[in-house]
Amino acid sequence: MNVTTALAPKTVPGAAFGKIVLNEARLAWRQPFGLAAGVGFPLVLTVTFGELPKFRQPQAGFGWLTEFDVYVPVLAVFAITILAIWSLPVPLASYREQGILRRLRTTPVPPSWLLAAQLVIQLCLAVTGLVTVFVVSGAAFGVPESPGALVAASALAIAGLFPLGLVPAALARTAGTASVIGRLAFFPLMFFAGLWLPRPLMPGLLRDISDYTPVGAAAEILQDSMQGQLPPAAPLLALAGYALVFSLLARRFFRWE
Amino acid sequence: MNHLPAAAAAAREAGWPGVDGGSAVEITHLRKAYGNVLAVDDVSLSVAEGEIFGILGPNGAGKTTTVECAIGLRAPDAGTVRLLGLDPQADRDEVHQVVGVQLQASVLPAKLRVGEILDMYRSFYRHPADMEELIEALGLAAKRRACYGSLSGGQRQRLSVALALIGRPKIAVLDEMTAGLDPQARRDTWNLIEGVRNRGVTILLVTHFMEEAERLCDRVALIQSGRIVALDTPAGLTARASGGKQVRFWPSAPFGDGLLLGLPEVGSVERDGKHVTVTGSGELVNAVILALAAAGVTARDVQLDSSSLEDAFVRLTGRHPHQEGALS
Repeated sequence: MNVTTALAPKTVPGAAFGKIVLNEARLAWRQPFGLAAGVGFPLVLTVTFGELPKFRQPQAGFGWLTEFDVYVPVLAVFAITILAIWSLPVPLASYREQGILRRLRTTPVPPSWLLAAQLVIQLCLAVTGLVTVFVVSGAAFGVPESPGALVAASALAIAGLFPLGLVPAALARTAGTASVIGRLAFFPLMFFAGLWLPRPLMPGLLRDISDYTPVGAAAEILQDSMQGQLPPAAPLLALAGYALVFSLLARRFFRWE
Repeated sequence: MNHLPAAAAAAREAGWPGVDGGSAVEITHLRKAYGNVLAVDDVSLSVAEGEIFGILGPNGAGKTTTVECAIGLRAPDAGTVRLLGLDPQADRDEVHQVVGVQLQASVLPAKLRVGEILDMYRSFYRHPADMEELIEALGLAAKRRACYGSLSGGQRQRLSVALALIGRPKIAVLDEMTAGLDPQARRDTWNLIEGVRNRGVTILLVTHFMEEAERLCDRVALIQSGRIVALDTPAGLTARASGGKQVRFWPSAPFGDGLLLGLPEVGSVERDGKHVTVTGSGELVNAVILALAAAGVTARDVQLDSSSLEDAFVRLTGRHPHQEGALS
């Protein structure tokens, strides 16, 4: 089956995709894990860090940025990552576990529409999470911003990090497995993004490793764009590489049952 | 050619659409193995339009695999499947517009409401059924705003049947559609299915319930170890498998076995205590009672045992329909 027919079988009414997205949105609202983890929690951390006086002092170690300035992109990466690797795969794995994907294969709608609808929902949550973090940090705590560059960098970070979650979404047989994978991957990723030790303070080797993790690369791009700088090529290439590899893996190993 | 069921013939005479007497389902030499295990081995069957066709067999006999190949969920290793002339693998999109499926053990998201689920599935089809009518017919009207997670097993099952019918299919494939229903709900569902068939829909029914097959099916295929061991009307199957009819009575006076054994209808005579059991065929009861009366004996407490489809199932497969365990 080629891509065109997979995406738009000519016999399915076009309204069907909208109805699927609508029901996925209802579920995301009634079981608000993604809303809490991808929007609520980053908002709480932004406000908490912003209120700490120690975080508001410009420091030489951060190139005269405040610790808060360094944390804002980390919180943005937090929002994207938790949605991508935890909030996205769990419902899809549960659809697989409960036979919902299988059931859908007996209808004119390709089950990939359910995957696409979940992506739409989680991407909307990610955009909401990022807007919340950047608007609150910019408006309330005066973090220097360069809006145009930040929007572009956010889009790159989302496009680069979401494919990480496509692999567990494609493979996990049960919601339980997807949840465990999400948990096990999330905390190390957040370490390399600089949630516990800001990236500028990481010792040389650790910093080098962080630069080449997808989350470190995304944090770097966001940080640079916030300061109005053009990010170097290395993190952009790293992020694009991860996106490509994980997308291909997910596509190759996707299972319906 | 196959026996054409009476209802389909009547529908055809009435000139109803969708019933032209052709084959709705045509399976020829179907074969499917999982690794070394041969699940379906050379199954061929043909279901006429407007027919209710039952697939019976013990657990693990290959019923579900046959159905999964028929609806395109699995690709056959060999053989062909045609649904209204369409190949479920190659013409997937078109097949799924005209074939409604109810799968065993599939659930839906717990936090979606019944109305929301039906509305979404309805949008998948070009010519969907009337939602109100379907909700009403399946007794789900009061549950429209209830979340799927709060439904009872029977209500979930009825919603699942509703989803199979919401696209107004020409063929409905129902796998254990009344499993978990109470007797009243089961009878309501049977009435609904008869109503659907009377509109010309062909129904392929996988079932454990012999009563269901007897009540609904025009013909049944009995599958065992991946092969069809019998294919007939429920009555034909019953007659074929039963050892004949049995009459049991209490004679008013002693008589010799020879009195009855001489009759062409009688096969055997057995006695236990005062009771006599006569096995035979044809107009057995009349023949026995007349012969006894001629000898001055009255038969009291006459019981006629007619065997059921369930007996036929047990005789043909050596197993009880509800018995667990896969065959090797």
